[in-house]
Amino acid sequence: MEASAQRAETPAAQPGKASSRTKSERKLAWMLCAPAVIVMLAVTAYPILYAFVLSLQKLDLRFPEQTEFIGLANYGTVLSAELWWLDVWNTFVIMVISVAIELVLGMLIALVMHRAIFGRGTVRTTVLIPYGIITVVAAFAWQFAFASESGFVDNLPLIADEKNWFGGHISSLAVIIMAEIWKTTPFMALLLLAGLVTIPDELYEAARVDGASAWQRFVKITLPLMKPAILVAVLFRTLEASRVFDSIFIMTRGAQNTESVSILGFNQLINRLNLGLGSAVSVLIFVGVVLIAFVFIKGFGVKVEEGRPGG
Amino acid sequence: MGERLETRRAKQALAVLLVSALAGAVLNACGGSSSGPPQLAFFVAIQPGGTIEATAERCTKEADGKYTIKPELLPNDASQAREQLVRRLGAKDSSIDIIGLDVILTSEFANAGWIAPWTGKEKEEASKDVFPSVLKTASFEGELYASPFNTNTQLLWYRKDLVPKPPETWDQMREVAEKLPEAGKIQVQAERYEGYTVWVNALIESAGTSILSGPEEVELEQVPTEEALEVIGRLAHSSAASPNLPTSNEDTARLAFEAGEAAFMTNYTFAFASAKENAPEINEQMGAAPFPKVNSNPAKPPLGGFNLAVSAYSEHQQQAFEAALCLSGEKSELTAVELDGLPPSHENLYTSKTVKKAYPGFAAVVREEVEAAGPRPVTPAYQDVTSAIQRALHPPESIPAENVEGKYDELKSDLEGAVKREGLL
Repeated sequence: MEASAQRAETPAAQPGKASSRTKSERKLAWMLCAPAVIVMLAVTAYPILYAFVLSLQKLDLRFPEQTEFIGLANYGTVLSAELWWLDVWNTFVIMVISVAIELVLGMLIALVMHRAIFGRGTVRTTVLIPYGIITVVAAFAWQFAFASESGFVDNLPLIADEKNWFGGHISSLAVIIMAEIWKTTPFMALLLLAGLVTIPDELYEAARVDGASAWQRFVKITLPLMKPAILVAVLFRTLEASRVFDSIFIMTRGAQNTESVSILGFNQLINRLNLGLGSAVSVLIFVGVVLIAFVFIKGFGVKVEEGRPGG
Repeated sequence: MGERLETRRAKQALAVLLVSALAGAVLNACGGSSSGPPQLAFFVAIQPGGTIEATAERCTKEADGKYTIKPELLPNDASQAREQLVRRLGAKDSSIDIIGLDVILTSEFANAGWIAPWTGKEKEEASKDVFPSVLKTASFEGELYASPFNTNTQLLWYRKDLVPKPPETWDQMREVAEKLPEAGKIQVQAERYEGYTVWVNALIESAGTSILSGPEEVELEQVPTEEALEVIGRLAHSSAASPNLPTSNEDTARLAFEAGEAAFMTNYTFAFASAKENAPEINEQMGAAPFPKVNSNPAKPPLGGFNLAVSAYSEHQQQAFEAALCLSGEKSELTAVELDGLPPSHENLYTSKTVKKAYPGFAAVVREEVEAAGPRPVTPAYQDVTSAIQRALHPPESIPAENVEGKYDELKSDLEGAVKREGLL
């Protein structure tokens, strides 16, 4: 109590003192942030910089004595390769389709969770289960379900008995996208629900009195007020989807042209041990992710702190 | 006050816990070298029949306190097992002592300096009575880098009740299968993985040429290579192809054969024991024939198996060489053939009772196949070469039944980049 009263007094009355207080508060803020900043530098900035240094070298762990500095040649190799652009396209397709479907489904689920009259806790918990399952486990479950030898999907009505889902480009991509949607829609729904609960009920009541239909209320009240939450949810999911790896790795390992850029990076780094080329791919993926975030934040005006759950 | 005391106690308890955990970790780390016999870590692909555990236990006993062997089981899939090994060896990890090395990895690991060469008495003992074709897979630039354990080869498995006489060539086999009223399928391995390279290489070798003529030279004579590619293309576009052809591996092949859906299957020797256990009535009709030919040249069946190498970063190399000799010795090979149906790499064992019991009536065929086998390319850049083959030729339907010149050109140019480790793969 005492402290808040003091704070209320200070700004207008004594500007000189306030600036020294601001200074000391800023110092305190830095000190409080410092541990987190140091940890972030150690686990994020250092690996990124190291990857960049590696990407400027001809460096193959199988041929350690042939290491040399080659400037940006690795980037030239990657960007001039047909395979890179093919994989960028695949990643883009997976990203756009899965995020679009997740947004619609997530919104529906968020509305249901918000309006659920009974069993609210049960509904919310149930919806979250897929998100709680480890991606690799979920990917195996989907692979087994669709595999032509062991899967039950081929036995369902309306589906050809001998359909080999992982034997074609479109069908493999479809299963991968379905698994992604199943897995991360709950995340989307949760972020949207957080935005939904911040809209005051009075607005809906007033609109109802004015004779607005349910659709009008959704379009004129819910959507505009949820814009920050929606944009943040879409941004988070887009960033995640652009790095899709696990599902593809388990289901096809990139066969049938289902390779994403992350799989491409893995193949260069872990499979070929070509650290130079692989790091160039990784750095390019990082640049792509930064670009996506930049477009969302500057282009669509996402305010991450506003769209945060509870914000 | 009471609360504070409790927090202090809790903190003390936590500190005790942390210290003891740390101490435990330190003790564990030192345990191997400071007290008792060294424990040798044996990294090797899992064998479902229990060969690895049984041989490790026997050799530990025979060492009589000089060392103990602890198996660290790797995935059965060759590429996944390799990933686990190269990650550790690339970081000079000393926790690996003995490596169960897939035959294709010798040149890569030897060239990178990850495995120690065999010399003197041990080299002599490791190579005694071993098939020359197998010994080649354990050597690099004239040096022996591993002691051959089990070898492996593919046979043509066929249904004696449906096919009176096994076909000699792939074309004959396809024609017979197409005419069969039921079970008219041929099971092979054509998923985008190492198994597809195995098949492609066997076909190219059988056609009379090779993929590489040296570590950085592509051979691929045009006419025989195109004949080999046509075999894949014609099968892929035939009714004899199984619906899961582009995702088929050793396991899906044997499952379909055991289910009675296929009259033919090219697969490793484990398929016989597997059918005996899962489908006895199919097993009774299971015939073993030599790997089919592509043209008039003799067939060159695939060659698989494991050789045991000693890590260059092992802290107990001398003991590791000794242990590897025991683990790959004749006794261990007989365990492998008994428990997992894996063919021995020692020629002299093929007349033993154990081998004859594991391969009833076809022990001689297995032996001839190993002798005639066409090994996969030998190059330190093997991973790039196999990736390029799989990328260029998968899915099998992408190879036309005729006029495969386009595919041939693609394969050749991709491989020429791969041997130099250029470009993305």
